Amino acid sequence: MSNFTPISAAIGGALIGLSAVLLMAFTGRIAGVSGIFAGLINPQTTDRAWRAAFVAGLITAPIAAAFVGYAVPTPQMPGSYITIVVGGLLVGFGARLGSGCTSGHGICGIARLSPRSIVATCVFMATAVVVVALTHHVFAG
Amino acid sequence: MPIVASLLCGFVFGCGLTVSGMIQPAKVLSFLDVFGIPNGAWDPSLAVVMAVGLTVASIGYALVQRRPPLFEKKSLWPAKKEIDQPLLFGALLFGVGWGLVGLCPGPAAANLAMLSLPVAVFVIAMALGMLVHDLWLGRTASPAPHSLAGTAAADG
Repeated sequence: MSNFTPISAAIGGALIGLSAVLLMAFTGRIAGVSGIFAGLINPQTTDRAWRAAFVAGLITAPIAAAFVGYAVPTPQMPGSYITIVVGGLLVGFGARLGSGCTSGHGICGIARLSPRSIVATCVFMATAVVVVALTHHVFAG
Repeated sequence: MPIVASLLCGFVFGCGLTVSGMIQPAKVLSFLDVFGIPNGAWDPSLAVVMAVGLTVASIGYALVQRRPPLFEKKSLWPAKKEIDQPLLFGALLFGVGWGLVGLCPGPAAANLAMLSLPVAVFVIAMALGMLVHDLWLGRTASPAPHSLAGTAAADG
């Protein structure tokens, strides 16, 4: 477990939890990024401004972090664009069909003890673990 | 004011993803790689992020639950209760995509700041997947354009 970073993980987790609470306290919304993002790009949406602001905040954060000297890592992505496109399609479609993602279900939903969110989080965690086991160990090139 | 508040919340969320390291898909994948436990490659950081995030969110939600939001008329708490097929199948598909790349919507959006072509391609594919669901499936499932109310009250 040489790459385990418990202190920065705890600080980051606290910030994510705080963001969810503040968004509810200020605007009465759930901080589910898939829902916020999907509403932003949907041409039928009428409340686009707050969604755009939230996403803009998300994107600004790593830039600000780099600006104050924090070493923001270059994202390590799969080598194959087929994997990236298939992964992106599944994440987008799956998050909408399942009404949420890691933030909406995994943080906001479980914090409310929503049975739907607890089940959804268990399902996507277990599925992702199986997929990583297959790609990293069974079919590892 | 609600716009400024949303911007601030998005910023705090993004700082959380950056500080915790969850912005790095490889770090997320090394958490999901439970078969890396025997050789010491497993990284439990994501579990700590979730545990602390959940603790803060649970306490905070309990505190704000009974009050109306500061800048809007009312809070949109998700109301749906039943565990149905779309929830299970959606979570399953999401898990496959997440396991393939290590990116979920939050870190994917935050990583747009890194100006990486693979990340941009992922976000475009993700957006397409969302639109396919919301515009095409959403319409066949419910002809009335109430899907947006559904979006607001969805779990996340």
